[in-house]
Amino acid sequence: MSQLNLHLKVWRQNAGQPGHFQDIEAPDIPDHASFLEMMDIVNERLIAKGQDPVAFDHDCREGICGMCSMQINGVPHGPEKATTTCQLHMRKFRTGDTIWIEPFRAKAFPVIKDLVVDRSAFDRIQRAGGFITVRTGSPQDANALPIGKEVADAAMDAAACIGCGACVAACKNASAMLFVSAKAGQLNTLPQGKPEKDRRTLGMVRQMDKEGFGNCTNQYECEAACPKEISVRWITKLNRDYAVAIVKEALGNSPKVAGGGD
Amino acid sequence: MSAVFDSFSRFYASSIGKKILVALTGLILIGFVFGHLVGNLLIFAGQDAINEYGHLLQTALHGSGVWIARVGLLLAVLVHIVATVSLTKQNNAARPDKYGQHKAQVSSKSSHTMIWSGLTILAFIIYHLLHYTVRIGNDFDKDAYKIDLHGEKVHNVYKMVVDGFSWAPASIFYLIAMALLCSHLSHGFSSLFQTLGISTDKSEPLFKKAGYAFAGLIFVGNAAIVLSIWLLGYGR
Repeated sequence: MSQLNLHLKVWRQNAGQPGHFQDIEAPDIPDHASFLEMMDIVNERLIAKGQDPVAFDHDCREGICGMCSMQINGVPHGPEKATTTCQLHMRKFRTGDTIWIEPFRAKAFPVIKDLVVDRSAFDRIQRAGGFITVRTGSPQDANALPIGKEVADAAMDAAACIGCGACVAACKNASAMLFVSAKAGQLNTLPQGKPEKDRRTLGMVRQMDKEGFGNCTNQYECEAACPKEISVRWITKLNRDYAVAIVKEALGNSPKVAGGGD
Repeated sequence: MSAVFDSFSRFYASSIGKKILVALTGLILIGFVFGHLVGNLLIFAGQDAINEYGHLLQTALHGSGVWIARVGLLLAVLVHIVATVSLTKQNNAARPDKYGQHKAQVSSKSSHTMIWSGLTILAFIIYHLLHYTVRIGNDFDKDAYKIDLHGEKVHNVYKMVVDGFSWAPASIFYLIAMALLCSHLSHGFSSLFQTLGISTDKSEPLFKKAGYAFAGLIFVGNAAIVLSIWLLGYGR
């Protein structure tokens, strides 16, 4: 084990006020610490000195909850492929490195404090269609609804999205298309989700637009930054599903007729 | 009727709706750029070939063909620009506080400068139309640019193009514009298949390569006309 001496440039901000980068020296950081543990050590020292610790999001610390965020040296969750910040280890850095630590920046993700941003825009998008309307209670027999292995696997790939917001953070336009397309696509692919496909697609895209996310310019930075390696092909599918849904909405029968008369 | 109109305005107001319009108009413009190049390469087939082609365009459908094409293309250009400018404004507004450090990992320079390459091409289109279509600031409308072709008096496109590119500033601007068009197409071509929901894992690399090849073809083809006249003295 060796120790790292690091120079941090950490974004400090209180909600609604302008923020700034604070230079923080971080000497003697064990290289087997995770990035979040490094932040814990830095905070303990700040507290011992009577200073305000850096606020940052974290929860499961095993890469599945989607809570930890942070733009590290210009990349969401840091330089490692397909990892969250909690899975990033300090051995990926060299002693003497300067590390820039910033919040995920987007109008739709307002800063609550320092590195903590409010990602509830994602929850509102989910509420606009990211579900299936089924009777709860006793489940039906697992084999009653045959689903092709390929379809099930694809839906599972989309379902791997942990809603962390790295896609938004990486996109130069702060677009949420990868998140929305994974959440809509997961259900639109499966037979259980198909009955509400059009309604879901329109609802989620409209809510996404309302939240003030930017527009996709097909540069695929989101895919490169995604800790779960969600494919941009889900965005292709969302574009297609949206086009079909909007044509049906424009030219199809109104719900009264489509519903089968009075 | 108004229900359909409401739906269209909601379609246009949405992010994906605008992008689909950009993709569709982009496809039209790609088709045009290709046809335009193929037609213009006739200059290497000699004076009569390109003059005949020019005359054909002017007189197709009793002269209405060229106007149908002009109105259609103008509409496509307008929709393409109005929608992209509006999208770009929204994109800038979506991140009011910029990053101290922001690294692009996979995207190309061309994809980051689409609005600037696009707006420069717009400036070029205006210049190009004034140069050869409206013919302002030159003598291309005078009698010196008429010629007999199969007993008919037609516009001498050949002489006009040769004289036009014999002037260095025009040639240089054309070359710059074609380089930017090449950059614009290198992202735009494959991008449109993604926006229209057509790309797949297998076809995406093909669309990408086809896009680079097409962008290269448009640049090389158009630059060949300019350079062979300006530097090699073709037709003079």
